[in-house]
Amino acid sequence: MSQASRVTNYKEPALTRSLVTPEGVDLRIQLADTGARFGAFFIDMAIIGAVIFLVFIVYGIIFAASGQSDSEIGAVLFTMLWFFLRSFYFTAFEIGRYAATPGKLLLKIRVTSRDGGRLTAPAVFSRNAMRELEFFLPLQFLLFGGLTESSGWLYLAGTIWFCVFLFFPLFNRDNLRAGDIVGGTWVLRAPKPILAKDLSDKVLPDNVEFDFTPEQLKAYGIHELHVLEDVIRNNDLATIVAVADRIRAKIGWEKGAKEKSRDFLSAYYSGLRKMLETQMVFGKRRKDKFDV
Amino acid sequence: MSEAGLKSSRFRKEREKSWRQLERIIKKMESGNSRSISDQEMIALPGLYRSALSSLSVARATSLDQSVVQYLESLSTRAYFILYGTRTSLAKRIGGFFVRDWPNAAQDLWKETVASFLVIAVFTVISYVLVMTNIDWFYSLMPGAMGEMRNPAASTEYLRGTLFDGSSDDSLSSFSAFLMSHNSKVAIMAFALGFAFCIPTAFFMAMTGCMLGSFVALFADRGLGVEAAGWLFIHGTTEIGAIILAGAAGFHIGLSLAFPKDKPRLESASAAGRKGAVLMAGVVVMLIIAGLLEGFARQLVKSTQLRYTIGGGMLFLWCIYLYLPRDRFKFRSKP
Repeated sequence: MSQASRVTNYKEPALTRSLVTPEGVDLRIQLADTGARFGAFFIDMAIIGAVIFLVFIVYGIIFAASGQSDSEIGAVLFTMLWFFLRSFYFTAFEIGRYAATPGKLLLKIRVTSRDGGRLTAPAVFSRNAMRELEFFLPLQFLLFGGLTESSGWLYLAGTIWFCVFLFFPLFNRDNLRAGDIVGGTWVLRAPKPILAKDLSDKVLPDNVEFDFTPEQLKAYGIHELHVLEDVIRNNDLATIVAVADRIRAKIGWEKGAKEKSRDFLSAYYSGLRKMLETQMVFGKRRKDKFDV
Repeated sequence: MSEAGLKSSRFRKEREKSWRQLERIIKKMESGNSRSISDQEMIALPGLYRSALSSLSVARATSLDQSVVQYLESLSTRAYFILYGTRTSLAKRIGGFFVRDWPNAAQDLWKETVASFLVIAVFTVISYVLVMTNIDWFYSLMPGAMGEMRNPAASTEYLRGTLFDGSSDDSLSSFSAFLMSHNSKVAIMAFALGFAFCIPTAFFMAMTGCMLGSFVALFADRGLGVEAAGWLFIHGTTEIGAIILAGAAGFHIGLSLAFPKDKPRLESASAAGRKGAVLMAGVVVMLIIAGLLEGFARQLVKSTQLRYTIGGGMLFLWCIYLYLPRDRFKFRSKP
């Protein structure tokens, strides 16, 4: 996994929002995608389920050891535990330091205030109070209510209700769920990328000369440079050889006897980056190879 | 061969140390051991943050190393949230909530509170009158589970027993745990449903009123009206008060969505949501107190007179606490 987390992936423009600091720099924050949101919720519900299950195992052991039959304590325990977990699990964690539940932490997303200010306790409370309406109520209805009422129409209405809120985040620009609207919050990606080595620092062997002509360096733009960076960082031999062959063919480079594909790519990367960065200083950003 | 000429990598080498330093400090703050941060680091923090921001601007303009740009973006964002998301301690937050936030929210929403109270009151009276004129109304006004054995078919003796015997048949503690979680759920629902332009919230309030009215009417029909009201009153002033406030919070959200005034609808809704949420946190506190009153005080205190006194006293305290104007105190505490 550590290998995968090193791979730098591109920003999705559709999920990028601007957050300008008082110093005037746009931080270009990234919204969490809906997949991560659903995933985090799923993990959190699994944790809640596991906690209830564990408490009942312990309760069962004590119960069996004492040999008394007291279903009342069990009922009280279950009612209170379920109530507290579903009402305060999310709120407690999101008010806390990480502004994220364990599920969100695992998927590297966090809750923030939509106006860029600080995330207040009331905002967290109201975003999670809505969960009751969005998820727990219809769930309860679908599991229990529908059976006793035995009315098809009611059941259908419940299902529609459930679906409206469930798919709410998919149908607005910022992936907000109803709770986010009321709480004035949104959920952002909060990755902590490590600062990887500078690829242009790589020392190449002396026995091979890499001298690229300006024409050869002009074959690609910034997009290709970034792809190349990912390829080199991923360090997968088959890909490196394939990519190196493609580039050689494109720029008409004769492969030397002692030349290694990895060194070739590093050298080409450095050369290409140097040229593109120089162009940037002069105000030219060459997006990709089609950008002339 | 190593391209020493690359300006962007020279830039990185010069600044990297200060980025790393900022990252170390932020890591400490994020993991909560702010105490291990030295004074020098604390003083350096704002400078390091600004230099990271300026590095980010430079890197975006001159460097094509994705790793650097993304690292700086994430670092600056983390630092931004730490520096501008000023964190007060939990104790201070809780203190501020009880001293200031909760009463202020209650006072700001007084119109909605009045509306919420009126809905409950009107439906209580209506259902009371209906049940008194024809006892069969009880069955349609009281949802099945809540009435249990207390219905018009029960004997007067049995009804009297339910008011004063404490727990005879139904297991009391599980019942009160159920009530507590049920009431909180009702309150949270009343709040959350305000989202649908107030209508479901009003419906909830009306239902609560119907239950109250028909419950008292059932007992009043047997000449136990005063006693039944006392049975409700001891915890009811707190509990119904909480539900009224929850309804007010719901109305507030609904109104802000329906009539956003000069703000965009989304912004107006989230502002209302925040204010409502403060009130709701108070509602949860009230419901816990009501649960205690219901679970203990009602079982221990059998005298109707004393029940009225305690219930009335709670009502008085809540009104004083929530609605006494505080502006004068603010002036005094701010010399």
